[in-house]
Amino acid sequence: MMTTVKEPKQKKFRSVKAQKLTSTIFSYIALVILSVIWLYPILWIILSAFRVEYRDGNLVSTVVGHYFPKSFGLENFRILFANADGNNPFIQWFINTLIVSFFTFILSTLLTLSVAYVMSKIRFKARKKFLGIAIILGLFPGFMSMIAIYYILKSINLTGTLYALILVYSAGAGLGFYVAKGFFDIIPNSLMESARLDGATNSQIFTKIILPISKPIIIYTALLSFTGPWMDFIFAKVILGTNRNMYTVAVGLYEMMYGEQVSSSRFTIFAAGSVIVAIPIVTLFLSMQRYYVEGVTAGAVKG
Amino acid sequence: MEHIENKKNKKSSVISRFLSFFKNLGLGIVNGFINLGKKIKNGCTKFYKRFMDGSIGTKLSHFVMGVGNFYHKQFLKGLIYLSIQAGFLYLMITSPKVNNTPIGFKSLSNLITLGTEPGDFFTPTDNSMLMLLFGVIVLGIIGMFLMAYNSNIKSSYKADMDKRKNKKPTSFKEDIKSLLDERFHVALLTPAMIGVLIFTILPTIFMIFIAFTNFDKEHTAGLHLIDWVGFKNFADIFSGTGEISRRFLPVLSWTLIWAFFATTTNYIGGILLALLINKKEVKLKKLWRTVFVITIALPQFVTLLAMRSLLSNGGPVNQMLVTIGLMQANEPFEILAFASSPWIAKTAIILINIWIGVPYTMLMTSGILMNVPSELYEAAQIDGATKRQAFFNITIPYIIFVTTPYLITSFIGNITSFNVIFLLTGGLPRAAGGAIAGETDLLVTWLYKLTIEQNDYNLGSVIAIMTFIITASATLISYRRSKSYKEEDAFQ
Repeated sequence: MMTTVKEPKQKKFRSVKAQKLTSTIFSYIALVILSVIWLYPILWIILSAFRVEYRDGNLVSTVVGHYFPKSFGLENFRILFANADGNNPFIQWFINTLIVSFFTFILSTLLTLSVAYVMSKIRFKARKKFLGIAIILGLFPGFMSMIAIYYILKSINLTGTLYALILVYSAGAGLGFYVAKGFFDIIPNSLMESARLDGATNSQIFTKIILPISKPIIIYTALLSFTGPWMDFIFAKVILGTNRNMYTVAVGLYEMMYGEQVSSSRFTIFAAGSVIVAIPIVTLFLSMQRYYVEGVTAGAVKG
Repeated sequence: MEHIENKKNKKSSVISRFLSFFKNLGLGIVNGFINLGKKIKNGCTKFYKRFMDGSIGTKLSHFVMGVGNFYHKQFLKGLIYLSIQAGFLYLMITSPKVNNTPIGFKSLSNLITLGTEPGDFFTPTDNSMLMLLFGVIVLGIIGMFLMAYNSNIKSSYKADMDKRKNKKPTSFKEDIKSLLDERFHVALLTPAMIGVLIFTILPTIFMIFIAFTNFDKEHTAGLHLIDWVGFKNFADIFSGTGEISRRFLPVLSWTLIWAFFATTTNYIGGILLALLINKKEVKLKKLWRTVFVITIALPQFVTLLAMRSLLSNGGPVNQMLVTIGLMQANEPFEILAFASSPWIAKTAIILINIWIGVPYTMLMTSGILMNVPSELYEAAQIDGATKRQAFFNITIPYIIFVTTPYLITSFIGNITSFNVIFLLTGGLPRAAGGAIAGETDLLVTWLYKLTIEQNDYNLGSVIAIMTFIITASATLISYRRSKSYKEEDAFQ
């Protein structure tokens, strides 16, 4: 009797433990499978960038059926930098993107933070109206206005220049204030009121009290505006037109692969370019991951 | 029984909510007009009173800007207002020509006619497109001038009032200083507003106007005159025989299907992935998270074009399918742009979009998971709830509650998402009924093709306006009900 009572108990205990173990194992198996799926295309791009295979003495730069290259080398990078036909100045594209993203990052961080602060912390007459207008404007498809912007820039002879791109990227920043506003909303008003009692002006409160405690949101905003020009493709394509020397990396690499001048046979060179673009951006992103998560969460919760 | 009744109640409440939405909308519009009328009336009486009450300087300010400021010895301010008026009048009257099209008072009549000179061998055709653009710009300039005009009277009147109270009118220095304090919001908002005005509002108004013209590939600006056509382009969508009417409903319905599946798959997938990574027994959480974050960090043109090549005919995925026998080597099988059935391409796009979007929701949910109020768990523990119960009754409802607004914004974002379709298939495979809009084209990629590739600007604008109507109604319905709108000040 005794043993028969005891045994199921022990069995149960063991099975709970076993259940836990199987659940852990399944979690790891699922994570490994998912990681493989997520890394499969990324690894393929990297492998393709270093793939150097010859057929009949010619470098094979098209997409091929085998995943792992048969031989590795730096030939694709050499071709990318050499710019033999003069049509694809990758180094120039890289510098262009760097310039555009630097100025965009400064201008739009300033604009976004100031609008967000005003909308969150200062009560003035037209505030609700401004919020409403900002929401409505955000609902129009972004490049509905692209044609008009193109002609406005053209009438002041700015199309095909980097200035135009900086202007277009930064000008819209005034509307993307929601996430930062959500952040400022959480800062208690009592902090500002006590500063005002001490005789601080509104501008002093903003620069000396609010900004120093807003590091996460400043970094989030700066990160997004800096990486924007590296990722955006369509605005740059329309505004820069056929001026290949002024392209950013996104437009340049796309045109190199799918443009009218060449066929898609330049895949490995495209891959090499992608790797070079990706290294700084991914590094930046991963090192700022914490702030990014904070911003994303704040934005979602505030809606 | 009770269950069924509950369901019925829910149904009727949804319907009544819908009806009340339209009722509110109607009332809102009527009220808007009444308020507008009241505002105009109030503005006029205020204007009149101010004119009668003000000093001679204020009265003169109504005719020559800045005089009131000179009268109060605010010379610098007066000079600024005076030069604004001089510059405005100079521009308007002389109407200088930019690209052979006048910009000034003439632009207003041009806005109505859109050019009258059909052009011949000796005289160039009027550029109707620029006339429309400059007309809109001049309307904007007039609006800004009226604001400056009003502020000129206001500033002089304020100085009057200061004098009456035996105070000194504010000096220019004090005015600048007030920009850093009580009028700090003006200083902070002005640069952003100028940017938005020039690069968002003005172009949007311009494109709305274009929807009512015949500016298409047969009417090239500068070669042919463009005319106003009223609502013809809109009517063409519903009753015309062209591609736009044949393809509008299919594209619209695919846009909605896409937005629905893209949103829900990413949402559910992201939450599941976050729960998986945040399981207690999973070690190296940061590493797992980083694996997925790389997708967000990589530019989409890289990842999407890689996907497109990966899945192309002769790419590694096809090769793999051949090796494991799912595909015949001599029968090329296309998945994306050249797929034999549009639904193959559509399914593939939604699946690839999971790869693109799930990490984002995962990150967000991870952030939220860390912020679940611990009181909730403590209370549950006291009540004797098991971990499993706590998970299903606290964690999951909390996540869903907190992320509902995100669900709506991401639905709207997916309606206007461009990159995924444009970079993966370019809208292909070709549709039977149309040459321009392919089977996987969304409204926005169609808009891109119509304007940038086909130069049918008017049709593109109509599509843009339709897109706006869809996103706007989705927002309006959800936004009015969202907590953050009703309780905006709750946490302050």
